[in-house]
Amino acid sequence: MSRLPRVLLALASGLLLLALPLPLWRVNLVAPQYPEGLGMVIDAHTVRGATENDLGNINKLNHYIGMKAIDPAAIPELRVMPWVIVGLAVFAAGVALAGKRTPTLVWLASFAALGAVGMWDFWKWEYTYGHDLDLAHAIIKVPGMTYQPPLIGSKQLLNFTATSWPASGTFVLALAFVLGVCALVVTRPTRRVTAGEPARATRAARMVAA
Amino acid sequence: MNIPIKRSVGLAIAGIAAVGIIYACAGQRTATTNLVTGDAASKVYVAPGSYDEFYAFMSGGYSGQVSVYGLPSGRLLKLIPVFSQFAEDAYGYDAETKPLLETTYGFVPWDDSHHPELSMTDGVPDGRWLFINANNTPRIARIDLTRFETDEIIQIPNSAGGHASPFTTPDTKYVVSATRFSVPIPNTDVAIDTYKKNFKGTLSFITADQPGKMDIAFQILMPGYNYDLGHAGKGPSDGWFFFTSYNSEQANAKLEENASQNDKDYIAAVNYKRAEECIAQGVAKPQAAEYVHNYFDPSSRTAKSEKKTSVKVINPTDCAGVVYYLPTPKSPHGVDVDPTGEYIVAGGKLATVIPVHSFTKLQKAIADKAFDKTVDGIPVLKYDAVMAGEVQKPGLGPLHTEFDGKGYAYTSMFISSEVVKWKLGTWEVVDRIPTYYSIGHLMIPGGDSKKPWGKYLVAMNKITKDRYLPTGPEMAQSAQLIDISGDKMKLLLDFPTIGEPHYAQAIPASVIKDKQVKFHKLAESTNPWVTKAEADGGITRTGKKVDIKMIAIRSHFAPDNFEGVQVGDTVNFHVTNIEQDWDILHGFAVLGANTSELILQPGETRTLTWIPKGPGIYPFYCTDFCSALHQEMQGYIRVSPAGSATKLMANVSKKTQAQLAEANKEK
Repeated sequence: MSRLPRVLLALASGLLLLALPLPLWRVNLVAPQYPEGLGMVIDAHTVRGATENDLGNINKLNHYIGMKAIDPAAIPELRVMPWVIVGLAVFAAGVALAGKRTPTLVWLASFAALGAVGMWDFWKWEYTYGHDLDLAHAIIKVPGMTYQPPLIGSKQLLNFTATSWPASGTFVLALAFVLGVCALVVTRPTRRVTAGEPARATRAARMVAA
Repeated sequence: MNIPIKRSVGLAIAGIAAVGIIYACAGQRTATTNLVTGDAASKVYVAPGSYDEFYAFMSGGYSGQVSVYGLPSGRLLKLIPVFSQFAEDAYGYDAETKPLLETTYGFVPWDDSHHPELSMTDGVPDGRWLFINANNTPRIARIDLTRFETDEIIQIPNSAGGHASPFTTPDTKYVVSATRFSVPIPNTDVAIDTYKKNFKGTLSFITADQPGKMDIAFQILMPGYNYDLGHAGKGPSDGWFFFTSYNSEQANAKLEENASQNDKDYIAAVNYKRAEECIAQGVAKPQAAEYVHNYFDPSSRTAKSEKKTSVKVINPTDCAGVVYYLPTPKSPHGVDVDPTGEYIVAGGKLATVIPVHSFTKLQKAIADKAFDKTVDGIPVLKYDAVMAGEVQKPGLGPLHTEFDGKGYAYTSMFISSEVVKWKLGTWEVVDRIPTYYSIGHLMIPGGDSKKPWGKYLVAMNKITKDRYLPTGPEMAQSAQLIDISGDKMKLLLDFPTIGEPHYAQAIPASVIKDKQVKFHKLAESTNPWVTKAEADGGITRTGKKVDIKMIAIRSHFAPDNFEGVQVGDTVNFHVTNIEQDWDILHGFAVLGANTSELILQPGETRTLTWIPKGPGIYPFYCTDFCSALHQEMQGYIRVSPAGSATKLMANVSKKTQAQLAEANKEK
């Protein structure tokens, strides 16, 4: 493995650690009587209000529809997620040291898989909060209505427009993944160099470096 | 239809003009013909969702309050209760705010508020606080402008009528109060016709730059005239204060005639730095005088009243150079200092000129000892030695002057009902505009400060008559907004005002709008009766006093059922609004209460005291439409006959219920 992919992987490892304290996702709620909006931020380790009291105020409003209070302590994944990211960072650092193509591929595959699981898990929580309503005590009951916010994009939930969008942490993670893919691309499969080929290999490396 | 705004406004003006012409032709209104010119409507139109450019604070006069308007729209934004009880939000009714209205005369539920004054830094309004005086039972209040609430009220001892108040020094170190009515000091039982011998006035300087610590720094004992208005010097005249006085005749009856004899009365020029020196030298004698100081602590949101017993009084005979009199024609009312601090303009309400004194000449006259005579140790300077000029033929009944910062002064003319614009230095009248009717004070944003925002002028008129749809014998007062940005003054807008505004102040909205408190942090509340969580409410009895702690949140009270109260009990409902969100208010009222409702800001605790008169079930409910289930926000309290065996009960959490059961068992 040449120097460039190792550097890219080391950078990816750094980016993963950089993403750790950053917000991963943001859900905004805007209604006629909330022109300033209420916001919810998902970090790797917690769920919090965009301002000091937003989460409390969202929970107060949610009691009308029988939604469970959103409580970070009740979401065990939040305690695992930081370690998953740290694990991926350590893995990336290891791959950078090893400087081999196959480990890079394995790392990328686990990154993609864990990302997909994370997204699915996030969707699942949204589904649970949006559907698992305490209808016996709900004050507002609209037949057939559920309150699952979208994963990405906007959706009208009674008087609120819920808009969900990835935040800076997710973009940093995505960049780490892209760097990993680049590292993979510039790393040619190891095979015996035969006469006539070095020129091509050198050209490819030059192209990437440019 | 897609008519551009300008065009539709134009159409509206045309429509209004047409209606005006029809009225004029019908001979129904003769006093006011075509008054508004050009695009006045677009100049005062603030589109829905947009903000006004200025906050204007108008005194409420005999309503005792302050009303807050937006300019240029003239929209009423808020009433701030200050010196009068305000049933709308329990100010002066509930245990938390009642102490603010305590005086040495006991609880005073009303007063007459005249002159709002913004706090200043370096002679420019800074938007921290607004001060306002009570005229009848002399007091000064400080209103916090992050909450638009009265936080502090200090009573002025040795004073019977606090009219010349609460004008502010450029650094807000002091606000002042001068006695409108001279009385014996200390007040004693004497024959009224011994006025000349026994009656005195006082000029009080009150420290004002620290919330919660307002106090009388010192008082100056003055001859028994009526002290009317005041303004601080600034720039070169910083360190001086000017007060008008009338009734230098010292009449004690039929003042209308008897106090209008002298050609000239006086402006008292006070060198308060000199007063500070005299105090440092121990000249001022502490004198027994009772007064109260009331403070509303923002962290507990509860007011306390404390009594004070002594005040430092300076006698001008013991402190040479502390006061000079400037002869001023004739029964002067307003005294206003121009933005440069050089000119001192008097409004001689019966004078045919507007006299202007020069601070430079005043200093020279003092150095030259250009005195006419001495009154009670106070040198009277020669009029010609201090006069800078006179505005000739300004109109009738000059009262007050404000400045635009561009070299012009604007004086209100009560009798000829107009505003007169004149030039400082040349004293020539350059423009005049009628007002409807009989203008008292006028106000330019920052118009009494070093840096006026000279775009608008508000005329505050004393007589309304036909300006609005008639509403019986008593009508709202009338204010007029006048554009002063050009050479000619232009009338833009009429708008009705609350009570009778005397003076007003205004400041660009940008100075205070982003500093507003949106809710009180529940976690930081130090109120002794706060209930911070739903499960923490309950009911306790101490003899015949029952204290109920409860919370209000969308859309319920907790607890909301109470039993065990008996006829003869005094019940205190301590209600905490545990919301932590902007503008989510709750209210509280109970059937038959002989007091006002409560309005609870988010995070605050207030107390409604109720003495049930007979057995039965009494509902209580939320009075502020708080949420979709507001109508469900209610509860019941059961009242049993005296001596009943009904146990104290509140439908609270199991833990609290267990504690209650324990308490009941012990009895």
